[in-house]
Amino acid sequence: MAQVKLDIITPERVVYSEPVDMVVARAIDGDIGIMPGHTPLVTALETSVLKIIEGEEEIPVPISDGFLEVKPEQVNVIVRTAELPEEIDVERAREARERAERRLREEKGRVDETRAEAALERAIARIDAVENKSRY
Amino acid sequence: METMHDIKRRIKSVENTKKITKAMKMVAAAKLRRAQEKAESTRPFFKRTRLVLQDIVSNTGTFAEHPLLGDATGEKTLLVTITGDRGLCGAYNSRVIKETRRSLLKREPATLLTIGKKALRTFSREQQEIVADYTDIDDYPGFWFARRITNRIIDTYKQEGYKEARLIYTHFDSPLNQTVYNIPLLPVIPPEERDPESRGDADGEEGEEGIAVDYLYEPSPPEVLDVILPQYVNNLIYAALLESKASEFGARMTAMDSATENATEMIDDLTLEYNRARQAQITKEISEIVSGAEAQK
Repeated sequence: MAQVKLDIITPERVVYSEPVDMVVARAIDGDIGIMPGHTPLVTALETSVLKIIEGEEEIPVPISDGFLEVKPEQVNVIVRTAELPEEIDVERAREARERAERRLREEKGRVDETRAEAALERAIARIDAVENKSRY
Repeated sequence: METMHDIKRRIKSVENTKKITKAMKMVAAAKLRRAQEKAESTRPFFKRTRLVLQDIVSNTGTFAEHPLLGDATGEKTLLVTITGDRGLCGAYNSRVIKETRRSLLKREPATLLTIGKKALRTFSREQQEIVADYTDIDDYPGFWFARRITNRIIDTYKQEGYKEARLIYTHFDSPLNQTVYNIPLLPVIPPEERDPESRGDADGEEGEEGIAVDYLYEPSPPEVLDVILPQYVNNLIYAALLESKASEFGARMTAMDSATENATEMIDDLTLEYNRARQAQITKEISEIVSGAEAQK
């Protein structure tokens, strides 16, 4: 089966750079699946869990906002953060979720709400990627 | 001639200064390494963003009316200038300030957005209009900090009356060598039309560049541009912050290194002077004793 090269790039590093069978991502207007030979496409991504399908394997990769560029043989995911499942610290993500929720609840107006919300979304995506693969 | 005591005191004081400059040099060197690593590790990301934007812009043509893309109607210029919070780093701050001043004159009417205490102090003393200022910059600036600045820039720009925004920062070439860049920030111009930015592309593989592809924009071109253009600006700011920080540490390291060297030289000179004074003192004492003995004969 043909494969497509996937690069996941964040400001800190190149997280992933391998040929894959399929990529499923959440764009701003809904989920899209990309297989080899897809029409060139550019779209914005939401903070969510990106799925890499590689043979029988399915790798969930939590990402935060950014964008996706598709060329026939190349898929570029350019996001602010991304982690592979084995790199996720669930405890930390849980703490981050609680912290963000508390901030949004108790300190409303005083905190940078966009930032707290983004932190919350990120934490949720991380937790989902590890615990609840089937949801996505 | 100074007395021995005075010279000794001066040597002591120079020695203390030398200790400080040496410590500062070492701290700057350590921080420089991290800042440099950080600045360099972000480069693939910026390169990719730039290429994507380039692809999009070269394919857009028809829908270039996006507020951040097309020509704006105002006449004011917003200058975003990045300096450090502290001095003792050679010409690092003054070079940026000089370039900013030059731009201010050339692009009247212009307003400023300052990053770093040095720029804020200088330009508020000169009574320039400062729309926003950011001080106490972290040694390793975070992404959110860049985003806050970006949002502010875009908001300001979108208000009536601006025709462009420019970014003045220091690019880190090497610890000994930094260049001040003055680049257009808004409206977003296709990256191939910018000069200093294209230099950064010289490294790495260039294979995919220039392939004209017709892209599909999901859900629609304006909405995609709405997301990508601010991110592009954000990337520029983030990169500039990291480059500037690395430059600041590099400049401080170099400045403190030569200060330490100068102190060493000064101590050598003073030690020589001290020894001369001591010698003179001894000679004087001997001649006093001799003449005293002579007199008693």
